[in-house]
Amino acid sequence: MSTDLHREALFGFTLRLGDTSLVLGHRLSEWCGHAPELEEDIALTNVALDLVGHARMLLTYAGELEGKGRDEDRLAYRRDVFDYRNHLLAEQPNRDFGHTIVRQFLHDAWALELYERLCASTDATLAGIAAKAVKEVRYHVRHSGDWLVRLGDGTDASHAKVADALGRLWPYTGEMFERDEAEQALVAAGIVPDPAELKAAWAARVEAVLEEATLERPADGWMQKGGRRGEHSEHLGYLLAEMQFLPRAYPDATW
Amino acid sequence: MPDAAGCWGPEPGAEAVVKAAWDALAGVMDPEIPVLSIVDLGIVRAVSADAEGRLSVALTPTYSGCPATNVIVLEAETALARARLDARVSVVIAPPWTTDWISDTGREKLAEVGIVPPPASGKRALTAPDEVIACPRCGSEDTRQISRFGSTACKALHACNACLEPFDVFKCH
Repeated sequence: MSTDLHREALFGFTLRLGDTSLVLGHRLSEWCGHAPELEEDIALTNVALDLVGHARMLLTYAGELEGKGRDEDRLAYRRDVFDYRNHLLAEQPNRDFGHTIVRQFLHDAWALELYERLCASTDATLAGIAAKAVKEVRYHVRHSGDWLVRLGDGTDASHAKVADALGRLWPYTGEMFERDEAEQALVAAGIVPDPAELKAAWAARVEAVLEEATLERPADGWMQKGGRRGEHSEHLGYLLAEMQFLPRAYPDATW
Repeated sequence: MPDAAGCWGPEPGAEAVVKAAWDALAGVMDPEIPVLSIVDLGIVRAVSADAEGRLSVALTPTYSGCPATNVIVLEAETALARARLDARVSVVIAPPWTTDWISDTGREKLAEVGIVPPPASGKRALTAPDEVIACPRCGSEDTRQISRFGSTACKALHACNACLEPFDVFKCH
């Protein structure tokens, strides 16, 4: 396997992670001014900021790997739906607070296990980004996990809402552990973690919190997929339309 | 010698130029916690000068999404230019910033304005539910966490059960 092929595969991996962080960060930012209480409004937007921060580092690196002169802004603002590579989970709409928390916890638990392993990546830049991100994600998973326990083991209404969200969102978790052939080579080179091992660690973390939240882990049935290849739900188009409006209306505008 | 504009720059020599840069940076305040300079906060990671006296300054963000990073870079560049120093400021992310890099002076300044400084990372993380945080106003240890996320990314919000005052705690990071 040549270094060029590694580079291309690493571009794909970094772009997917960067897109997932950006799209989820943008989704969370939609809660700004709308969360059920002030502290939570601040918390969700804090997490959103961290995710957008991770996206900036990852997309900058992806642009360097690609070598076509695209920077973070170019990648974030000048690609349409079919060029985005984020997980479908990240683009799912917020719906109610419980739904947002379930989506966030499923993602956070994955992100924590992933970044912990990426800290030991043989790719120094990726390891550096992971070392920065993992400290923040540790906070995120504690936040979303605590809320999930509170809501799951809360009132009948809160339990019903998060149980429903868990059922809706579970089919989107399979995509987090997909790897194509190019990425398998990255696994072999010690650049990214092995998806099977990652899934086991994620599942253990998720099951422990679900049990405390008195929620039942849904069965692994048919899983949604396509986000990693640019096949998205209708939701992403609306999100990008809002996020990209300014740079599309005023291309190359600067402060 | 004064330059064409009649201003004195620092004497040549890498050591003097580096010291002048640190002095200039010590005057740049964190925009979100303006009692701390960026040197107190420990985000100036390295200052070096090449043979011609041209400086390289490396800054690191506290949190990766910190919206103040761009402002801090701009203010550092401005302060260095005002000190008539030829410097290039860059942002590095590795190794990641930790609250252990906040200087002792910085910790004292935080405590003075009622922000509990972060515990050393060797201790249990602040997020642990049984962490004892003393109220910066009345000293009572009977306090509670209101939210893990405070007015800025680097702080959490607590309240004192004795004097009832809410207060910020710098998160251990």
